[in-house]
Amino acid sequence: MTLRERLREKISAAFYRHGLLCASYPVPIILFTSASILTCCYPLLRLPLPGTGPVEFTTGVRDYSVPSHEPQGDLGERPDWYRGPPVAYIQQVLVKASVSPWDSSLVPVDVFRSPLGRAFSLLEEIRNHVHSDGSGVRSLETLCLQVTDLFPGLRRMQSVLPEHGCLLVSPGNYWQNQRELFDLDPDLLKTIQKHEPKGLHTSATLRDLLFGVPGKYTGVSHYNRKRVVTYTITVVLSSYDARFLGSLRGRLKQLHPSANCSLRDDHMVHVHFKEEIGIAELIPLVTTYIILFAYIYFSTRKIDMVKSKWGLALAAVVTVLSSLLMSVGLCTLFGLTPTLNGGEIFPYLVVVIGLENVLVLTKSVVSTPVDLEVKLRIAQGLSNESWSIMKNMATELCIILIGYFTLVPAIQEFCLFAVVGLVSDFFLQMFFFTTVLSIDIRRMELADLNRRLPAEAGLPPPKPGPLRIREVPPPPRPSPHTITLQTPAFRNLRLPKRLRVVYFLARTRLAQRIIMVGTVIWIGILVYTDPAGIRTYLAAQVSEQSPLGDPGGGGLAPHLGVAPVFRGGDPTSALSIHPPPDPTPVPENQSQGHHGAAQAGPLPQASPPAVPQITWGAEDEEGWRRLSFRHWPSLFSYYNITLAKRYISILPVIPVTVHLSPQEAIETRHPQDTRHPPPSIPKVSADLQTDLTLYKVAALGLAAGVLLVLLLFCLYRVLCPRNYGQNGVAHGRRRRGDLPCDDYGYSPPVSEISPLLLRGHSMDIECLASDGMLLASCCLAGQIRVWDTQTGDCLTVIPNEGLRRSSSSNGCWEQWDGGYGAAESGLLGPETLGPACEEEGGGGYPLRRRTAPTWPTLFNDQPDLTPLIDTNFASQPPSHLCTPPRHGFDFGGLVERAYMEHEAPSPSAYPSPSSASSSPPSGAQPHRRPSLGDAAAFSAQDRASAAGTQAAADGESSVWALELRGNLIAAGRSSGKLELWDAVEGSLRCVNEDGGSGITALAFLNNRIVAARLNGSLDFFTVEINKPLGLLQYRGAPGRGSVPPSPCYSSEDVISCQLTRSVQCAHQKPITVLRAAAGRVVTGSQDHTVRVYRLEDSCCLFTLQGHSGGITAIYIDQTMVLASGGQDGAICLWDVLTGSRVSHVYGHRGDVTSLVCTISCVISSGLDDLICIWDRSTGIKLYSIQQEVGCGASLGVISESLLVTGGQGCVSFWDLNFGDLLQTVYLGQSSDGQGVRQLLVLDNAAIICDFGSELSLVYVPSVLEKLD
Amino acid sequence: MSLTLTAMSNSAVTRGQQQRSGSGQMPQPSQGPYISVITNRTTNLAIRGAMLFSVGVFLALVLNLLQVQRNVTLFPPDVISSIFSSAWWVPPCCGTASAMIGLLYPRIDSCLGEPHKFKREWSSVMRCVAVFVGINHASAKVDFANNVQLSLTLAALSVGLWWTFDRSRSGFGLGVSIALLATLATQLLVYNGVFQYTSPDFLYIRSWLPCIFFAGVITMGNIGRQLALYEYKFVQEKTHQD
Repeated sequence: MTLRERLREKISAAFYRHGLLCASYPVPIILFTSASILTCCYPLLRLPLPGTGPVEFTTGVRDYSVPSHEPQGDLGERPDWYRGPPVAYIQQVLVKASVSPWDSSLVPVDVFRSPLGRAFSLLEEIRNHVHSDGSGVRSLETLCLQVTDLFPGLRRMQSVLPEHGCLLVSPGNYWQNQRELFDLDPDLLKTIQKHEPKGLHTSATLRDLLFGVPGKYTGVSHYNRKRVVTYTITVVLSSYDARFLGSLRGRLKQLHPSANCSLRDDHMVHVHFKEEIGIAELIPLVTTYIILFAYIYFSTRKIDMVKSKWGLALAAVVTVLSSLLMSVGLCTLFGLTPTLNGGEIFPYLVVVIGLENVLVLTKSVVSTPVDLEVKLRIAQGLSNESWSIMKNMATELCIILIGYFTLVPAIQEFCLFAVVGLVSDFFLQMFFFTTVLSIDIRRMELADLNRRLPAEAGLPPPKPGPLRIREVPPPPRPSPHTITLQTPAFRNLRLPKRLRVVYFLARTRLAQRIIMVGTVIWIGILVYTDPAGIRTYLAAQVSEQSPLGDPGGGGLAPHLGVAPVFRGGDPTSALSIHPPPDPTPVPENQSQGHHGAAQAGPLPQASPPAVPQITWGAEDEEGWRRLSFRHWPSLFSYYNITLAKRYISILPVIPVTVHLSPQEAIETRHPQDTRHPPPSIPKVSADLQTDLTLYKVAALGLAAGVLLVLLLFCLYRVLCPRNYGQNGVAHGRRRRGDLPCDDYGYSPPVSEISPLLLRGHSMDIECLASDGMLLASCCLAGQIRVWDTQTGDCLTVIPNEGLRRSSSSNGCWEQWDGGYGAAESGLLGPETLGPACEEEGGGGYPLRRRTAPTWPTLFNDQPDLTPLIDTNFASQPPSHLCTPPRHGFDFGGLVERAYMEHEAPSPSAYPSPSSASSSPPSGAQPHRRPSLGDAAAFSAQDRASAAGTQAAADGESSVWALELRGNLIAAGRSSGKLELWDAVEGSLRCVNEDGGSGITALAFLNNRIVAARLNGSLDFFTVEINKPLGLLQYRGAPGRGSVPPSPCYSSEDVISCQLTRSVQCAHQKPITVLRAAAGRVVTGSQDHTVRVYRLEDSCCLFTLQGHSGGITAIYIDQTMVLASGGQDGAICLWDVLTGSRVSHVYGHRGDVTSLVCTISCVISSGLDDLICIWDRSTGIKLYSIQQEVGCGASLGVISESLLVTGGQGCVSFWDLNFGDLLQTVYLGQSSDGQGVRQLLVLDNAAIICDFGSELSLVYVPSVLEKLD
Repeated sequence: MSLTLTAMSNSAVTRGQQQRSGSGQMPQPSQGPYISVITNRTTNLAIRGAMLFSVGVFLALVLNLLQVQRNVTLFPPDVISSIFSSAWWVPPCCGTASAMIGLLYPRIDSCLGEPHKFKREWSSVMRCVAVFVGINHASAKVDFANNVQLSLTLAALSVGLWWTFDRSRSGFGLGVSIALLATLATQLLVYNGVFQYTSPDFLYIRSWLPCIFFAGVITMGNIGRQLALYEYKFVQEKTHQD
């Protein structure tokens, strides 16, 4: 035993024990697993939630120093990103300018033309500011962020944004910072508007960038009622020099004092930007997620044969997801902070970890024998797959280990995650999923049990057959013939897939819930991730509207929240119409632009104030907050500088207040400015305009919402037709899977299959043959009966030929068989009874003795039938040989006497068979087959030995093979005789005794009969019909159009059967199987070979070698598909045209006992009680069904998807597509012992199977409908 | 991007192959409109080709986005304003190439007479595609110390992809040969100035390009085989119905 095997065994044993453990204590284990998941996920709480909004951190200005790169232990709330120098320092100079006092001679353009013009002088001031102290002379040039090049794609920005030198942005950039251009510009607004992008845009516009305040706050418009213009000059510095900035601040304040300004200037704000996810980056991410979902879908689709497919799929996904969460949590716990973007690598992690193990486990467990205990099933399934699971896991770990040694940090981190994820996934699979699986399987069994019990309790009422006597269950017996066992799969099978989906949706109200959850999540994401979105918008709206609504203030503080108390929203707008009548005690000063004579300015009337007031409020302190959060990233991105994962420091603004005199404004006027008409629009219109868009948006939103609600309602009504509210008690909450379909008014049609028993044979049935219309059966006693497959009537009885030969000497005892067969079927015609009654034989006694116990009841049941029996016995009842039995059999004499009374009247005109004389009469036949009553299948060896003893004994023979075509029965006997019988008349038409060895198999096709003999030779016979009337009527074989029509012989025809060719040594050993179809005859033998012959000229086409054991099963059909199975458990598929082997698979331990093919698959059953279903094209085993031990090996395919197998006293119907057991039909009351050995599928969707001495005709009505 | 050049190099070969396979059709009896359309081999080939083409175009667009984000490839700046931010000819070329490869693989399988049986299911194909996207992702987004390391890592990943999802010698050989041809074609293209790489380290291109080509060929072959499986089944059913 190698190390590998030992290891394998140990692993298998360990898994077995583990499976037992899991299945034994499901609840504690699930609790334990959940606890460990939660524990491992606990560190995740400390991780920041992902988001794209920028993060701020505020420090003081005075003691500011550039943070170092090294993380410094305990700096309290200092965030992780606050390390190293920032990308840039932003210094904004906030300019508020107005023309004061305002007089009526001024035109609207004057509001902003001269204030904007002052920007140029301010710019000059800033540019030329030089600070000199002991350490040297510093100017802006040395400190500012030098930019080199605009991003290549921004051609249109080139004229506006600085292309090189200091990054200094102001409204002056519109005019290339040249006062002359500004003065020459006839329409300032047009110039500004020119650069605005068309359409909708979310990120920062150029106007925002240059003005540094949001567009509507600038006051650059014709309708500016406040007449205050606000803009900023933004200086981007690369390094921080407190003294230079201090001197700049002092200088500007000195030049343009803003008296009442009390803006705090002691805080600088550091803003950290996350990696921004744009549409372009989102697309690959979305793609990977789509692929991931497709993967999960295709994986979980394969789970089947469990109670709740969706439940298990959910469990599988939960397993994978929580293992990932666990791995992240564990990594965080041990200090490995994830730097990777989790959302990006997540799909790859899932793909690496995979769902395969889960599926493999499920399949393995499901394919264990159903009758085992759940614990054992789980344990077996686990241990079966243990080796492959461990192997896969080891391989994956190896790959990841290799990846770890690439020494690339990102890959190393990924590998670390993947390792932890793999291990935790394994843990969860073993504990969580296995347990869930065990619970699921237990539920399935419980559900089956529950369903089975009521079916057994309620007796289905027997259907009264008007003429035919159906097998009525005797009243005292509690159990019926038929136990309708309907698994959920069967119910589901009946429903179309579309309906199933709809039912599922309706049952779980899935769509509704998903939409609800989705909406909530969507809104949450909107609110959370978009700082420039709904939140700020709402805040701004609130702050803007509050003075209109309630001027007293008390509005919500906008998002800034910096000022401790904030009153009444935007003071600038508040003051424009409603100037505060009295100075209220507000904490921050509201500076009123008093300048010289401006004291008289603020008039309490509602008229526009003559003196525009410049106020400084708290929102000016950090005016950049009102900008889009993409403001700074987009500004820097124009210079190809990314702010992702970096931060900038925003210095406190420098306030500048500029007051201009009207003269100044008039001087700077452009000649065209006066041409503009004064604003004709009333003042309110400006508000209205902004409001209108708001209302439009609101109305649209409302309409969309209403529409959505309506749509949901419709969907709900469509999907959930059930009335939840009305009779709630009746519906209650049923256990799922109990009656899944009934809730929706659909119940599958009750298809109760009850078998029709054909009785008459006295001993076990050995041969069966059918051509669709007629059925011929032969029992061990040698009696051949012909039945009508439509009605189940017995048409003809052909007694044992050997006995009939000795009619002169033997008593007429065989008649009782025929007589009682007639009594049972009740339709026996006189001409069929005729030959039957000629019978007598020594076999009668033992036969009757065996069946005797059931006779009295039958006899008493139909006492009136005795007169109906036509007892036209041709010969005298034997008296001398009909001695009373020696075995205490007492009814024989009674019955005999009863029948003797009737015997006399009508000596029949029994037509003697023409060829009967050719067969020599043989003596009495007391010898019976030694294997009488033995239910086991006869193998060829048995037959050989039996034949040997028989031949030695008396030369009497039994029927070994039977074929039926048209109305001719071909019977091959152990003596080597081939007989042709007329099926309807029961007359022997022809006998051929050319061969000496017993006929083991027969094939009857197209006027040709092929007989395989025990000695391995193969004889080809031709049936010739010499018609005295010259007419040859053909009767098409029913059902199968492809079957060549069999000739119908009339009774006048002289039929001869001639040996055309005999292949002496067809096989070295006895031929076991003989099949003929499509003009080919295929034989399989003990000598491991299969031979293919052409039927017309008996020419051997191929000898197929490939099996390493005797051939036990062969299948060939009209499509020339040939499959063979051997004692070695192998199944070979052959191409009959070329003789090549298509595929070769091993599936059984032991003989392959039966083989059937459908269009898509091959079904085989073996001695190991396993039914395997193989894909015919690829030779891959689709699945296998473990049957009960000792059940029959007979198989039949009714339709493309319905398989029928014989079992112990029952036949089972299986769905081939899913491998589900659909129904089991019990053939008789006693389900003991008697196995179904042979099973024939007829064209009218009926199956015939033998069942001891009885035949059972089972109609499958549902399939009939399907076939139609 | 990655599959671009396969089209150039292989179009002649595969086109010929396709025509040969297309011309050898037998007239099929009609069986009802849908089934006959599906089972008609020419139509089936066309459907498969169209599906593979669209998959290729889609993957090309998505993966190109990854590359453009990191400025791995530079196209002339005029084109960048287009919505897909790559030259117009890239996605069609990729689509054609993937259609060729996806049709070529099952054909070679059937020519060699060894049908591919390893992991023939859609979930495995999806996994393969995901790994392929991951390899592209890694090549575009992960910072490696040097190019040799990057190339070696990607080569290992590609071979791992082959081992995990294909394991057929024909697949490996075809993949390697197509990857080499495609790399050669890329060299020629770059040499002629159609486009350029930002930091070429292997003559004119990036050294990891063959690995990406190889992985792409394996992936497309996998998809093509899976699609061909359907045709195989249909045709088989049909012959049996006949």
